[in-house]
Amino acid sequence: MITSSGTPGAPVVEVSNLRKSYGGRTVVDDVSFSVGEGEIFGILGPNGAGKTTTVESIEGLRVPDSGRIRIAGLDPVADHAAVTQVLGAQLQESRLQDKLTVREALELYSAFYPNPADWRVLVERLGLTDRLDARFGKLSGGQQQRLFIALALIGNPRVVVLDELTTGLDPRARRDTWEVVEDVRARGVTVLLVTHFMEEAQRLCDRIALIDQGKITALDTPQGLISQASGSTIISFTPSAPLDDTDLATLPALASVEHKDDRLILRGTDDTVTAVLSLLARHRITAHQLRVTDATLDDAFLDLTGAHR
Amino acid sequence: MSTAVQTAPERHATPYAAVLRTEARLFRREPGALFWVVAFPQLLLIILGSIPSFRKPDDGLGGLRLIDLYVPVLVLIALVMIGLQTMPTVITGYRERGILRRMSTTPVKPSALLGAQFGLNGAAALVSALICLTIGRLAFDVALPRQAFGYALALLLTAAAALSLGALVTALARTAKVAQAIGTGIFFPSMFCAGLWIPVKAMPDLMAHIVVLTPFGAAASALDQAFAGAWPSWSHLGVLAGWAVVLSAAAARWFRWE
Repeated sequence: MITSSGTPGAPVVEVSNLRKSYGGRTVVDDVSFSVGEGEIFGILGPNGAGKTTTVESIEGLRVPDSGRIRIAGLDPVADHAAVTQVLGAQLQESRLQDKLTVREALELYSAFYPNPADWRVLVERLGLTDRLDARFGKLSGGQQQRLFIALALIGNPRVVVLDELTTGLDPRARRDTWEVVEDVRARGVTVLLVTHFMEEAQRLCDRIALIDQGKITALDTPQGLISQASGSTIISFTPSAPLDDTDLATLPALASVEHKDDRLILRGTDDTVTAVLSLLARHRITAHQLRVTDATLDDAFLDLTGAHR
Repeated sequence: MSTAVQTAPERHATPYAAVLRTEARLFRREPGALFWVVAFPQLLLIILGSIPSFRKPDDGLGGLRLIDLYVPVLVLIALVMIGLQTMPTVITGYRERGILRRMSTTPVKPSALLGAQFGLNGAAALVSALICLTIGRLAFDVALPRQAFGYALALLLTAAAALSLGALVTALARTAKVAQAIGTGIFFPSMFCAGLWIPVKAMPDLMAHIVVLTPFGAAASALDQAFAGAWPSWSHLGVLAGWAVVLSAAAARWFRWE
Protein backbone atom coordinates (compact mmCIF):
# COMPACT_ATOMS: atom_id res chain seq x y z
CA MET A 1 0.00 0.00 0.00
CA ILE A 2 2.14 2.87 -1.27
CA THR A 3 0.97 6.34 -0.54
CA SER A 4 -0.36 8.24 -3.47
CA SER A 5 -1.47 11.55 -2.10
CA GLY A 6 -0.86 13.70 0.91
CA THR A 7 2.82 12.86 1.27
CA PRO A 8 4.38 16.25 1.97
CA GLY A 9 8.00 15.38 1.24
CA ALA A 10 10.17 12.61 -0.11
CA PRO A 11 9.73 9.40 1.89
CA VAL A 12 12.06 9.26 4.86
CA VAL A 13 10.66 6.02 6.23
CA GLU A 14 9.88 3.20 3.83
CA VAL A 15 8.47 -0.11 4.96
CA SER A 16 7.62 -2.78 2.44
CA ASN A 17 6.17 -6.23 2.99
CA LEU A 18 7.30 -6.38 6.60
CA ARG A 19 6.63 -9.69 8.30
CA LYS A 20 7.42 -10.85 11.79
CA SER A 21 6.17 -13.80 13.76
CA TYR A 22 6.92 -15.14 17.21
CA GLY A 23 6.65 -18.85 17.82
CA GLY A 24 4.44 -19.46 14.82
CA ARG A 25 2.12 -16.57 15.60
CA THR A 26 2.22 -13.89 12.92
CA VAL A 27 2.39 -10.50 14.59
CA VAL A 28 3.14 -8.32 11.59
CA ASP A 29 1.76 -9.60 8.31
CA ASP A 30 2.87 -7.92 5.09
CA VAL A 31 2.86 -4.34 6.30
CA SER A 32 3.89 -1.64 3.82
CA PHE A 33 3.80 2.14 4.08
CA SER A 34 6.00 5.12 3.58
CA VAL A 35 6.24 8.32 5.54
CA GLY A 36 7.12 11.66 3.97
CA GLU A 37 9.59 14.10 5.47
CA GLY A 38 7.83 16.40 7.92
CA GLU A 39 4.74 14.25 8.24
CA ILE A 40 3.03 13.08 11.43
CA PHE A 41 2.20 9.52 10.55
CA GLY A 42 -0.03 7.59 12.90
CA ILE A 43 -0.06 3.87 13.47
CA LEU A 44 -3.37 3.12 15.06
CA GLY A 45 -4.83 -0.13 16.19
CA PRO A 46 -6.10 -2.15 19.11
CA ASN A 47 -3.70 -3.59 21.69
CA GLY A 48 -1.74 -6.50 20.29
CA ALA A 49 -2.31 -5.47 16.67
CA GLY A 50 1.41 -5.41 15.89
CA LYS A 51 2.00 -1.66 16.15
CA THR A 52 4.93 -1.85 18.53
CA THR A 53 6.58 -4.72 16.70
CA THR A 54 6.36 -2.64 13.53
CA VAL A 55 8.04 0.41 15.01
CA GLU A 56 10.58 -1.68 16.91
CA SER A 57 11.60 -3.16 13.57
CA ILE A 58 11.95 0.40 12.26
CA GLU A 59 14.13 1.26 15.27
CA GLY A 60 16.30 -1.77 14.59
CA LEU A 61 15.39 -3.41 17.91
CA ARG A 62 13.81 -6.37 16.11
CA VAL A 63 14.97 -8.23 13.07
CA PRO A 64 12.11 -8.73 10.62
CA ASP A 65 11.48 -12.21 9.22
CA SER A 66 11.17 -10.67 5.80
CA GLY A 67 10.49 -7.36 4.14
CA ARG A 68 12.49 -4.22 3.67
CA ILE A 69 12.81 -1.15 5.87
CA ARG A 70 14.71 2.02 5.01
CA ILE A 71 15.18 5.05 7.22
CA ALA A 72 16.61 7.88 5.12
CA GLY A 73 17.89 5.12 2.85
CA LEU A 74 19.50 3.13 5.68
CA ASP A 75 18.73 -0.39 6.87
CA PRO A 76 17.89 -0.34 10.62
CA VAL A 77 19.67 -3.64 11.25
CA ALA A 78 22.63 -3.60 8.88
CA ASP A 79 23.28 0.14 9.30
CA HIS A 80 22.16 0.31 12.91
CA ALA A 81 24.86 2.75 14.00
CA ALA A 82 24.00 5.17 11.20
CA VAL A 83 20.25 4.82 11.82
CA THR A 84 20.66 5.79 15.48
CA GLN A 85 21.97 9.15 14.22
CA VAL A 86 18.85 9.96 12.19
CA LEU A 87 16.15 8.31 14.28
CA GLY A 88 15.17 9.12 17.85
CA ALA A 89 12.88 6.88 19.81
CA GLN A 90 10.57 7.13 22.76
CA LEU A 91 9.89 3.56 23.77
CA GLN A 92 6.74 2.09 25.19
CA GLU A 93 6.89 1.25 28.89
CA SER A 94 10.46 2.21 29.51
CA ARG A 95 11.89 4.22 32.34
CA LEU A 96 15.14 5.74 33.51
CA GLN A 97 17.05 5.25 36.73
CA ASP A 98 14.92 6.75 39.52
CA LYS A 99 17.81 8.64 41.05
CA LEU A 100 19.05 10.20 37.83
CA THR A 101 18.17 13.89 37.56
CA VAL A 102 16.70 15.44 34.44
CA ARG A 103 19.88 17.43 33.85
CA GLU A 104 22.09 14.37 34.23
CA ALA A 105 19.95 12.35 31.83
CA LEU A 106 20.13 15.12 29.25
CA GLU A 107 23.89 15.54 29.64
CA LEU A 108 24.40 11.80 29.40
CA TYR A 109 22.35 11.36 26.25
CA SER A 110 23.93 14.48 24.69
CA ALA A 111 27.30 12.81 25.05
CA PHE A 112 26.07 9.92 22.91
CA TYR A 113 25.78 12.04 19.77
CA PRO A 114 28.46 13.83 17.77
CA ASN A 115 26.27 16.90 17.16
CA PRO A 116 23.62 16.97 19.84
CA ALA A 117 20.90 19.57 20.11
CA ASP A 118 21.33 22.07 22.92
CA TRP A 119 19.34 20.39 25.67
CA ARG A 120 18.74 23.72 27.39
CA VAL A 121 16.68 24.83 24.41
CA LEU A 122 14.86 21.49 24.34
CA VAL A 123 13.83 21.60 27.99
CA GLU A 124 12.79 25.20 27.63
CA ARG A 125 10.47 24.22 24.79
CA LEU A 126 9.21 21.19 26.69
CA GLY A 127 8.59 23.16 29.87
CA LEU A 128 11.02 21.18 31.99
CA THR A 129 13.44 23.95 32.89
CA ASP A 130 12.29 24.17 36.49
CA ARG A 131 12.60 20.39 36.90
CA LEU A 132 16.24 20.09 35.81
CA ASP A 133 17.44 19.07 39.25
CA ALA A 134 14.53 16.77 39.98
CA ARG A 135 15.16 13.06 39.95
CA PHE A 136 13.40 10.95 37.38
CA GLY A 137 11.45 9.07 40.08
CA LYS A 138 9.98 12.34 41.35
CA LEU A 139 8.64 13.51 37.98
CA SER A 140 4.96 13.29 37.11
CA GLY A 141 3.92 10.99 34.28
CA GLY A 142 3.63 13.92 31.89
CA GLN A 143 7.05 15.27 32.85
CA GLN A 144 8.61 11.84 32.37
CA GLN A 145 7.11 11.63 28.89
CA ARG A 146 8.36 15.11 28.04
CA LEU A 147 11.82 14.10 29.18
CA PHE A 148 11.62 11.05 26.90
CA ILE A 149 10.65 13.31 24.02
CA ALA A 150 13.67 15.48 24.83
CA LEU A 151 15.92 12.40 24.86
CA ALA A 152 14.45 11.25 21.56
CA LEU A 153 15.18 14.67 20.03
CA ILE A 154 18.59 15.23 21.56
CA GLY A 155 20.50 13.73 18.65
CA ASN A 156 18.83 16.11 16.17
CA PRO A 157 17.06 13.22 14.43
CA ARG A 158 15.15 13.49 11.16
CA VAL A 159 12.58 10.98 12.38
CA VAL A 160 11.23 10.45 15.85
CA VAL A 161 9.17 7.44 16.90
CA LEU A 162 6.72 8.03 19.74
CA ASP A 163 5.20 4.80 21.01
CA GLU A 164 2.12 5.08 23.26
CA LEU A 165 3.28 8.51 24.29
CA THR A 166 0.22 9.54 26.25
CA THR A 167 -0.88 6.22 27.71
CA GLY A 168 -1.34 6.65 31.43
CA LEU A 169 -1.44 10.44 31.32
CA ASP A 170 -4.34 12.46 32.63
CA PRO A 171 -6.36 14.37 30.00
CA ARG A 172 -4.62 17.64 30.75
CA ALA A 173 -1.11 16.22 30.43
CA ARG A 174 -2.22 14.41 27.28
CA ARG A 175 -3.29 17.64 25.63
CA ASP A 176 -0.05 19.36 26.68
CA THR A 177 1.90 16.50 25.15
CA TRP A 178 -0.03 16.81 21.90
CA GLU A 179 1.09 20.42 21.63
CA VAL A 180 4.66 19.28 22.09
CA VAL A 181 4.29 16.79 19.25
CA GLU A 182 2.89 19.48 16.96
CA ASP A 183 5.77 21.70 17.92
CA VAL A 184 8.25 18.92 17.07
CA ARG A 185 6.76 18.59 13.62
CA ALA A 186 6.71 22.33 13.15
CA ARG A 187 10.51 22.11 13.31
CA GLY A 188 10.53 19.72 10.39
CA VAL A 189 11.02 16.46 12.28
CA THR A 190 9.05 13.56 10.88
CA VAL A 191 6.95 11.90 13.56
CA LEU A 192 5.85 8.28 13.68
CA LEU A 193 3.15 8.13 16.31
CA VAL A 194 1.89 4.83 17.70
CA THR A 195 -1.34 5.09 19.59
CA HIS A 196 -4.59 3.40 20.40
CA PHE A 197 -6.36 6.68 21.14
CA MET A 198 -8.54 7.73 18.22
CA GLU A 199 -8.82 11.28 19.46
CA GLU A 200 -5.07 11.60 19.55
CA ALA A 201 -4.65 10.23 16.04
CA GLN A 202 -7.43 12.39 14.67
CA ARG A 203 -6.01 15.51 16.23
CA LEU A 204 -2.33 15.01 15.37
CA CYS A 205 -1.84 12.83 12.34
CA ASP A 206 -1.56 13.83 8.70
CA ARG A 207 -2.12 10.24 7.72
CA ILE A 208 -2.99 7.12 9.66
CA ALA A 209 -2.35 3.46 9.04
CA LEU A 210 -4.95 1.34 10.75
CA ILE A 211 -3.41 -1.93 11.86
CA ASP A 212 -5.47 -4.87 12.95
CA GLN A 213 -4.16 -8.39 13.54
CA GLY A 214 -0.85 -7.52 11.94
CA LYS A 215 -2.28 -6.14 8.71
CA ILE A 216 -2.89 -2.61 7.50
CA THR A 217 -6.65 -2.44 7.02
CA ALA A 218 -6.75 1.18 5.88
CA LEU A 219 -4.31 3.99 5.22
CA ASP A 220 -5.55 7.52 4.69
CA THR A 221 -5.93 10.96 6.21
CA PRO A 222 -8.14 10.99 9.31
CA GLN A 223 -10.91 12.63 7.28
CA GLY A 224 -10.39 10.14 4.48
CA LEU A 225 -10.70 7.22 6.88
CA ILE A 226 -13.91 8.61 8.30
CA SER A 227 -15.48 9.02 4.89
CA GLN A 228 -14.21 5.59 3.80
CA ALA A 229 -16.21 4.02 6.57
CA SER A 230 -19.84 3.36 5.77
CA GLY A 231 -22.14 5.57 7.75
CA SER A 232 -19.69 8.42 8.10
CA THR A 233 -22.54 10.90 8.52
CA ILE A 234 -25.03 10.53 11.34
CA ILE A 235 -28.51 12.04 11.03
CA SER A 236 -30.72 12.01 14.09
CA PHE A 237 -34.12 13.57 14.72
CA THR A 238 -37.50 13.06 16.38
CA PRO A 239 -40.11 12.79 13.62
CA SER A 240 -43.52 14.44 14.23
CA ALA A 241 -45.19 11.32 12.78
CA PRO A 242 -43.88 7.77 12.39
CA LEU A 243 -41.86 7.08 9.25
CA ASP A 244 -42.36 3.91 7.30
CA ASP A 245 -39.33 1.58 7.35
CA THR A 246 -39.86 0.70 3.68
CA ASP A 247 -39.57 4.39 2.82
CA LEU A 248 -36.37 4.61 4.83
CA ALA A 249 -34.96 1.59 3.04
CA THR A 250 -35.05 3.49 -0.24
CA LEU A 251 -32.62 6.13 1.06
CA PRO A 252 -29.31 6.18 -0.84
CA ALA A 253 -26.09 5.08 0.88
CA LEU A 254 -27.92 4.23 4.08
CA ALA A 255 -25.69 2.19 6.38
CA SER A 256 -27.94 1.67 9.37
CA VAL A 257 -31.25 2.65 10.93
CA GLU A 258 -31.73 2.81 14.67
CA HIS A 259 -34.78 3.67 16.74
CA LYS A 260 -34.01 5.03 20.15
CA ASP A 261 -37.20 5.83 22.04
CA ASP A 262 -38.91 8.22 19.62
CA ARG A 263 -35.66 9.32 18.00
CA LEU A 264 -34.52 8.03 14.67
CA ILE A 265 -30.77 7.66 14.04
CA LEU A 266 -29.62 7.13 10.47
CA ARG A 267 -26.07 6.52 9.29
CA GLY A 268 -25.12 7.27 5.73
CA THR A 269 -23.42 9.91 3.63
CA ASP A 270 -24.17 13.45 2.53
CA ASP A 271 -26.43 11.95 -0.13
CA THR A 272 -28.47 10.29 2.59
CA VAL A 273 -28.97 13.65 4.29
CA THR A 274 -30.40 15.27 1.17
CA ALA A 275 -32.66 12.31 0.54
CA VAL A 276 -33.94 12.26 4.12
CA LEU A 277 -34.86 15.91 3.92
CA SER A 278 -36.85 15.46 0.75
CA LEU A 279 -38.51 12.32 2.12
CA LEU A 280 -39.62 14.28 5.18
CA ALA A 281 -40.89 17.11 3.01
CA ARG A 282 -42.90 14.69 0.83
CA HIS A 283 -44.62 13.21 3.88
CA ARG A 284 -44.99 16.62 5.55
CA ILE A 285 -43.22 15.32 8.61
CA THR A 286 -41.29 17.74 10.77
CA ALA A 287 -37.90 16.67 12.09
CA HIS A 288 -37.60 17.94 15.63
CA GLN A 289 -34.14 18.49 17.03
CA LEU A 290 -32.51 17.52 13.77
CA ARG A 291 -28.76 16.90 14.12
CA VAL A 292 -26.35 16.02 11.35
CA THR A 293 -22.88 15.08 12.61
CA ASP A 294 -19.75 13.54 11.16
CA ALA A 295 -18.80 10.19 12.51
CA THR A 296 -15.60 10.25 14.53
CA LEU A 297 -12.47 8.29 13.81
CA ASP A 298 -13.70 6.01 16.57
CA ASP A 299 -16.73 5.02 14.48
CA ALA A 300 -14.58 4.67 11.38
CA PHE A 301 -12.10 2.53 13.26
CA LEU A 302 -14.76 0.15 14.48
CA ASP A 303 -16.21 -0.07 11.00
CA LEU A 304 -12.88 -0.56 9.23
CA THR A 305 -11.47 -3.12 11.62
CA GLY A 306 -14.75 -4.94 11.81
CA ALA A 307 -14.37 -4.87 15.57
CA HIS A 308 -18.10 -4.34 16.13
CA ARG A 309 -19.06 -7.46 14.29
CA MET B 1 19.34 20.57 8.68
CA SER B 2 16.12 22.46 9.10
CA THR B 3 15.19 20.36 12.11
CA ALA B 4 18.17 21.22 14.23
CA VAL B 5 18.03 23.16 17.38
CA GLN B 6 21.42 24.85 17.43
CA THR B 7 24.17 22.52 18.39
CA ALA B 8 25.28 22.61 22.00
CA PRO B 9 28.10 25.12 22.35
CA GLU B 10 30.31 23.32 24.86
CA ARG B 11 32.46 20.35 23.98
CA HIS B 12 31.26 17.28 25.70
CA ALA B 13 32.53 14.15 27.32
CA THR B 14 33.14 11.00 25.32
CA PRO B 15 30.16 8.63 25.52
CA TYR B 16 31.99 6.03 27.61
CA ALA B 17 33.28 8.55 30.12
CA ALA B 18 29.78 9.99 30.39
CA VAL B 19 28.26 6.57 31.04
CA LEU B 20 30.90 5.76 33.65
CA ARG B 21 30.45 9.10 35.40
CA THR B 22 26.69 8.71 35.48
CA GLU B 23 26.86 5.17 36.81
CA ALA B 24 29.37 6.26 39.47
CA ARG B 25 26.97 8.99 40.57
CA LEU B 26 24.07 6.57 40.76
CA PHE B 27 26.25 4.09 42.63
CA ARG B 28 26.94 6.70 45.30
CA ARG B 29 23.22 7.43 45.57
CA GLU B 30 22.39 3.94 46.78
CA PRO B 31 23.35 4.05 50.45
CA GLY B 32 21.67 0.66 51.01
CA ALA B 33 23.87 -1.06 48.46
CA LEU B 34 26.94 0.85 49.58
CA PHE B 35 26.38 -0.25 53.16
CA TRP B 36 26.63 -3.94 52.30
CA VAL B 37 29.75 -3.35 50.28
CA VAL B 38 31.90 -0.92 52.20
CA ALA B 39 30.44 -0.99 55.70
CA PHE B 40 28.99 -4.41 56.49
CA PRO B 41 32.18 -6.52 56.18
CA GLN B 42 34.10 -3.86 58.10
CA LEU B 43 31.49 -3.71 60.88
CA LEU B 44 31.54 -7.47 61.14
CA LEU B 45 35.32 -7.32 61.41
CA ILE B 46 35.15 -4.75 64.19
CA ILE B 47 32.51 -6.74 66.07
CA LEU B 48 34.45 -10.00 65.79
CA GLY B 49 37.66 -8.25 66.73
CA SER B 50 36.01 -6.87 69.85
CA ILE B 51 35.35 -10.37 71.18
CA PRO B 52 38.28 -11.11 73.48
CA SER B 53 38.46 -14.82 72.60
CA PHE B 54 38.98 -13.90 68.92
CA ARG B 55 42.17 -12.10 69.88
CA LYS B 56 43.78 -14.96 71.84
CA PRO B 57 46.43 -17.00 70.05
CA ASP B 58 45.20 -20.54 69.60
CA ASP B 59 47.61 -23.46 69.52
CA GLY B 60 45.14 -25.40 67.38
CA LEU B 61 45.52 -22.71 64.71
CA GLY B 62 49.29 -22.81 64.83
CA GLY B 63 49.51 -19.91 67.22
CA LEU B 64 47.27 -17.67 65.10
CA ARG B 65 44.26 -15.86 66.48
CA LEU B 66 40.73 -16.32 65.08
CA ILE B 67 40.71 -12.71 63.97
CA ASP B 68 43.79 -13.43 61.85
CA LEU B 69 41.76 -16.03 59.98
CA TYR B 70 38.69 -13.85 59.65
CA VAL B 71 40.24 -10.83 57.97
CA PRO B 72 40.77 -12.73 54.70
CA VAL B 73 37.27 -14.22 54.97
CA LEU B 74 35.68 -10.78 55.35
CA VAL B 75 37.62 -9.52 52.37
CA LEU B 76 36.01 -12.32 50.41
CA ILE B 77 32.56 -11.52 51.77
CA ALA B 78 32.80 -8.04 50.33
CA LEU B 79 33.61 -9.45 46.91
CA VAL B 80 30.88 -12.06 46.98
CA MET B 81 28.34 -9.55 48.22
CA ILE B 82 29.07 -7.22 45.35
CA GLY B 83 29.12 -9.92 42.72
CA LEU B 84 25.98 -11.72 43.85
CA GLN B 85 23.84 -9.01 45.37
CA THR B 86 24.71 -5.51 44.26
CA MET B 87 25.51 -5.81 40.60
CA PRO B 88 22.84 -8.32 39.47
CA THR B 89 20.09 -6.26 41.09
CA VAL B 90 21.21 -3.11 39.32
CA ILE B 91 21.62 -4.62 35.88
CA THR B 92 18.42 -6.68 35.90
CA GLY B 93 16.68 -3.50 37.03
CA TYR B 94 18.12 -1.66 34.02
CA ARG B 95 16.86 -4.38 31.74
CA GLU B 96 13.41 -4.42 33.34
CA ARG B 97 13.07 -0.67 33.04
CA GLY B 98 14.01 -0.69 29.37
CA ILE B 99 17.15 1.34 30.02
CA LEU B 100 19.26 -1.10 28.00
CA ARG B 101 16.68 -1.07 25.22
CA ARG B 102 16.59 2.71 25.15
CA MET B 103 20.36 2.79 24.82
CA SER B 104 20.14 0.42 21.86
CA THR B 105 18.36 3.19 19.96
CA THR B 106 21.28 5.58 20.50
CA PRO B 107 24.74 5.46 18.91
CA VAL B 108 26.13 4.01 22.16
CA LYS B 109 25.71 0.29 22.70
CA PRO B 110 24.14 -0.81 25.99
CA SER B 111 27.20 -2.98 26.63
CA ALA B 112 28.88 0.30 27.65
CA LEU B 113 26.53 0.34 30.62
CA LEU B 114 27.44 -3.23 31.58
CA GLY B 115 31.14 -2.39 31.26
CA ALA B 116 30.72 0.60 33.55
CA GLN B 117 28.89 -1.54 36.10
CA PHE B 118 31.60 -4.20 36.03
CA GLY B 119 34.32 -1.61 36.46
CA LEU B 120 32.59 0.24 39.27
CA ASN B 121 31.60 -2.84 41.21
CA GLY B 122 35.03 -4.36 40.77
CA ALA B 123 36.64 -1.16 42.02
CA ALA B 124 34.25 -0.96 44.98
CA ALA B 125 35.05 -4.58 45.89
CA LEU B 126 38.78 -3.90 45.87
CA VAL B 127 38.36 -0.73 47.91
CA SER B 128 36.28 -2.66 50.41
CA ALA B 129 39.00 -5.31 50.63
CA LEU B 130 41.63 -2.67 51.25
CA ILE B 131 39.56 -1.11 54.02
CA CYS B 132 39.21 -4.53 55.68
CA LEU B 133 42.95 -5.09 55.54
CA THR B 134 43.64 -1.64 56.91
CA ILE B 135 41.21 -2.00 59.80
CA GLY B 136 42.64 -5.43 60.59
CA ARG B 137 46.16 -4.02 60.60
CA LEU B 138 45.48 -0.86 62.57
CA ALA B 139 42.82 -2.01 65.03
CA PHE B 140 43.67 -5.63 65.64
CA ASP B 141 47.27 -5.89 64.61
CA VAL B 142 46.52 -8.44 61.91
CA ALA B 143 49.51 -8.86 59.63
CA LEU B 144 49.26 -7.55 56.06
CA PRO B 145 49.58 -10.11 53.28
CA ARG B 146 53.22 -11.07 53.14
CA GLN B 147 53.14 -11.99 49.47
CA ALA B 148 51.58 -8.73 48.32
CA PHE B 149 51.72 -9.40 44.56
CA GLY B 150 50.37 -12.90 44.90
CA TYR B 151 47.63 -11.54 47.11
CA ALA B 152 46.74 -8.79 44.67
CA LEU B 153 46.62 -11.28 41.80
CA ALA B 154 44.40 -13.66 43.77
CA LEU B 155 42.18 -10.75 44.77
CA LEU B 156 41.78 -9.60 41.16
CA LEU B 157 40.94 -13.10 39.98
CA THR B 158 38.45 -13.48 42.82
CA ALA B 159 36.78 -10.21 41.90
CA ALA B 160 36.60 -11.38 38.28
CA ALA B 161 35.04 -14.70 39.32
CA ALA B 162 32.56 -13.00 41.67
CA LEU B 163 31.47 -10.50 39.01
CA SER B 164 31.17 -13.24 36.38
CA LEU B 165 28.99 -15.24 38.72
CA GLY B 166 26.89 -12.13 39.23
CA ALA B 167 26.74 -11.63 35.47
CA LEU B 168 25.43 -15.15 35.04
CA VAL B 169 22.78 -14.53 37.70
CA THR B 170 21.84 -11.38 35.78
CA ALA B 171 21.64 -13.31 32.53
CA LEU B 172 19.40 -16.01 33.94
CA ALA B 173 17.09 -13.91 36.10
CA ARG B 174 14.18 -12.28 34.31
CA THR B 175 13.54 -9.65 36.95
CA ALA B 176 15.46 -7.84 39.65
CA LYS B 177 13.46 -9.71 42.30
CA VAL B 178 14.43 -13.09 40.86
CA ALA B 179 18.05 -11.94 40.60
CA GLN B 180 17.98 -11.04 44.26
CA ALA B 181 16.50 -14.40 45.19
CA ILE B 182 19.04 -16.38 43.16
CA GLY B 183 21.84 -14.18 44.47
CA THR B 184 20.81 -14.84 48.05
CA GLY B 185 20.43 -18.54 47.32
CA ILE B 186 24.01 -18.78 46.06
CA PHE B 187 25.31 -16.38 48.67
CA PHE B 188 25.19 -18.71 51.65
CA PRO B 189 26.88 -21.71 50.01
CA SER B 190 29.47 -19.27 48.67
CA MET B 191 30.06 -17.90 52.13
CA PHE B 192 30.39 -21.39 53.45
CA CYS B 193 33.03 -22.18 50.83
CA ALA B 194 34.77 -18.90 51.59
CA GLY B 195 35.07 -20.13 55.16
CA LEU B 196 32.73 -17.82 57.01
CA TRP B 197 31.61 -20.60 59.37
CA ILE B 198 34.66 -22.86 59.33
CA PRO B 199 37.84 -21.49 57.78
CA VAL B 200 38.85 -23.73 54.85
CA LYS B 201 42.07 -24.63 56.70
CA ALA B 202 40.01 -26.03 59.58
CA MET B 203 37.64 -28.08 57.39
CA PRO B 204 37.84 -31.90 57.31
CA ASP B 205 40.03 -33.11 54.44
CA LEU B 206 37.34 -34.38 52.07
CA MET B 207 35.26 -31.26 52.49
CA ALA B 208 38.28 -29.06 51.93
CA HIS B 209 39.17 -30.93 48.73
CA ILE B 210 35.71 -30.25 47.33
CA VAL B 211 35.51 -26.69 48.59
CA VAL B 212 38.77 -25.63 46.94
CA LEU B 213 37.23 -26.50 43.57
CA THR B 214 34.50 -23.90 44.05
CA PRO B 215 35.34 -20.32 43.12
CA PHE B 216 35.26 -18.96 46.63
CA GLY B 217 36.89 -21.98 48.22
CA ALA B 218 39.77 -21.62 45.79
CA ALA B 219 39.80 -17.88 46.44
CA ALA B 220 39.95 -18.37 50.20
CA SER B 221 42.84 -20.82 49.89
CA ALA B 222 44.80 -18.68 47.43
CA LEU B 223 44.34 -15.57 49.56
CA ASP B 224 45.38 -17.50 52.67
CA GLN B 225 48.56 -18.72 51.04
CA ALA B 226 49.52 -15.24 49.89
CA PHE B 227 48.63 -13.94 53.32
CA ALA B 228 51.02 -16.39 54.89
CA GLY B 229 53.78 -15.30 52.56
CA ALA B 230 53.78 -17.99 49.89
CA TRP B 231 52.97 -17.52 46.23
CA PRO B 232 49.35 -18.73 45.88
CA SER B 233 49.28 -22.18 44.34
CA TRP B 234 48.66 -22.17 40.59
CA SER B 235 45.95 -24.76 40.97
CA HIS B 236 43.87 -22.36 43.08
CA LEU B 237 44.56 -19.48 40.73
CA GLY B 238 43.74 -21.75 37.81
CA VAL B 239 40.42 -22.79 39.36
CA LEU B 240 39.56 -19.11 39.90
CA ALA B 241 40.50 -18.09 36.37
CA GLY B 242 38.64 -21.09 34.96
CA TRP B 243 35.47 -20.16 36.82
CA ALA B 244 35.77 -16.55 35.70
CA VAL B 245 36.07 -17.61 32.05
CA VAL B 246 33.31 -20.23 32.14
CA LEU B 247 30.88 -18.07 34.11
CA SER B 248 31.36 -15.00 31.97
CA ALA B 249 31.09 -17.02 28.76
CA ALA B 250 27.83 -18.52 30.02
CA ALA B 251 26.59 -15.07 31.00
CA ALA B 252 27.42 -13.67 27.56
CA ARG B 253 25.72 -16.66 25.94
CA TRP B 254 22.46 -16.30 27.84
CA PHE B 255 22.30 -12.59 28.48
CA ARG B 256 19.06 -10.97 27.35
CA TRP B 257 18.98 -7.29 26.54
CA GLU B 258 15.26 -7.09 27.19
